[in-house]
Order: sequence, then structure tokens, then C-alpha cells
Amino acid sequence: MSNDRQLQVSVWRGDKDNGYFAQFEVPAYESQTVLDVVSWIQHYEDPTLTYRFSCRVGMCGSCAMMVNGEPRWTCRTHVKKVSSNDKLEIAPLRNLPVVKDLVTDMAPFFEKWVKAEAFHHPSKTRHDEFDAIKPDDTARQKANEAIECINCAVCYAACDTVTHQPDYLGPAALQRAYTLIHDERDADTGAILEAISQTDGCHNCHSMGSCSHYCPNELNPMMAIADLKKRSLLHRLLGAKDK
Amino acid sequence: MIDHRFYLAQRLSALIMAPLTIAHIGLMIYAVQGGLSAAEILGRTQDSLAWFLFYGLFVLAVSIHAAIGLRTILREMTSLSAPVINGLSWVILIALLTTGGRAVFAVTFA
Repeated sequence: MSNDRQLQVSVWRGDKDNGYFAQFEVPAYESQTVLDVVSWIQHYEDPTLTYRFSCRVGMCGSCAMMVNGEPRWTCRTHVKKVSSNDKLEIAPLRNLPVVKDLVTDMAPFFEKWVKAEAFHHPSKTRHDEFDAIKPDDTARQKANEAIECINCAVCYAACDTVTHQPDYLGPAALQRAYTLIHDERDADTGAILEAISQTDGCHNCHSMGSCSHYCPNELNPMMAIADLKKRSLLHRLLGAKDK
Repeated sequence: MIDHRFYLAQRLSALIMAPLTIAHIGLMIYAVQGGLSAAEILGRTQDSLAWFLFYGLFVLAVSIHAAIGLRTILREMTSLSAPVINGLSWVILIALLTTGGRAVFAVTFA
């Protein structure tokens, strides 16, 4: 239920060249997410406000924004968790070009997944039998640690190395590469290791840990990148077996 | 900006520096117990191949480690182009090697 409390909300309006924070007053509710706040503004105050969302339940990864300066999945972030004084500042994700208002261009984010060879390299055709992967297999368990990524780009927005080195592949693409390197079904892990060993690859990570701190699914990209650094060296220097 | 070669060089140089630094500090504590004089230091280091190798290796490791580290800082904190940053990194490496090597030579075989 609403009471008389009002949230003081600053929302970024504008595109990549020009913008400003617009001020809104939004009724406070007992159980209210940041996405609820943004939707209320669009429904009742400013229908031109542009933002992106889909599932509302933390699965699609489309609603991430900067909330009070920190990257969050807004559909699963309660206002009371991020604001103790009824003030909110909502902005588009850091480290990505702004299209309009709270919407960022995700193309650079996903282009880096391709650059990291972070995609499946098939070993069989559709006519072959599936590989039988045992759930308790060691490599499978390592892959399992990181497969719940929802591509929300919260880690990418949190990463200071991406800020300072825009070409750096970033935690999400590298973590996806990590899952594939530990996937028995991937036929070309050597290509992945080559890709992540390049000048913009895993060795640029300073292990500051913002990716792991902010990941809404509590994954640990920093750990995955540390594993990639080790495997990259073994691969490039010793020609070690890739798995 | 950092591929596996830079990464490995910086980690290996750190691995070398760590024990040498501890030994250097330990020696300092030991050496100043009875007062400190240039004659005492030079008496220990002059014509000593061991101290030449000890501090020579340290200078080499520091030069490599610092040049790579400063290269990263220049890349992340300035808008300088990659060729300029690489050029400055070489200058840093050569300056540290030259000055450090000169100092080591001065207290050992000069």
C-alpha cells in the first residue's frame, strides 16, 4: 500500500551527446522495485521516458541500470535496499553508449563475446548422438559455476578496467569463454584460448572484483578470469592440452 | 594492452623482487646494528660477484616490472596513443636499467 511518502527520483534524460537529470516525485510503496519506479514515471509523469525491460523476474537481463551510482538489475532491486533516504538516481549503464534516456547500445558488449570466441564450436552434427555429460564430471562442475549468466551487463558496467581500456573484452565475455573451455562438447577450445590471450584479453584484468561484487546472480567472473589467465599461459607457453 | 607475455614478465619479475627485497631489508637491519658507514658498506660489496648478481638481478626485475606497470597506468589514465605509451615505457625501462646498473657497478666493481 502507498502512504504519503514520496520518493525523490532523478532520472537521466537524453542521448549520447546531451543529457540531464530530470526530477520526479514518485509515491513510495512498501514493496517496490526500481523498475516499478521507472515504470510509474513513464505511466503517470512522462510517457516519452525510454527504458528497456522484459521478464520482470530476473531472467532476461534487459533492465539493468545505474542506481545511485551502482549497476543493478532493476526488476529485482527493491528501493529500500538501495535508498535509505527516499532518494534515487537512475542512469543508463556505465561503459556503454547511450541510445536514449535509460537505454544503452548493447552491441559493443556482445561484439566482445564474439571477439573472445565465446560461442560454441560444434563437434558433432545434428545427425549424431548427444554426448553423455555426467553432472558430477569435474569440468562440467566448473562450467556449471558460470553458466547462469543472464547477459545483463551489470559486471561490464561495474568494471573499471573496461572504463579505462574500452577495448578490454570485459568480465561477461571472458566468463562465457570460461564455461566453453570447461565444456567437453566444445571442439575448438584452442581458438578460445588464443582469442582471450590477445592484447585486449584476460591478462588486462586487475582482479579488483567489482564484477563478482555486483553480479546479480552471484557468479564470480573474477575467479573465471583468474582461471583463464592460468590456462592462457599454459596454452601459449607450453602448448598444454586445452582442457 | 597486456597480452600473456607482458603478464608473465610482470609476474616473474615480481617473484624475483619479493625475496630479494626481504633479503635487502633484513641485511639493512643487520648492517646498521653497529652504526652505518660508507666504508663498511663498500667493504662488503666491493669486488663481490655475489652482491653484483644480487643487486643486478634486482635492478633488472625492478626495471621490467616498473616499465610494464607504468605502461598500464599510462594506458588507463592518459589519452596518449599506443606508440607514444610504448615509447615512454622503453624510456622508463632503459632509464631504470641505466641508473640502477650504474649504481650497482659503482658499489661492486668500479
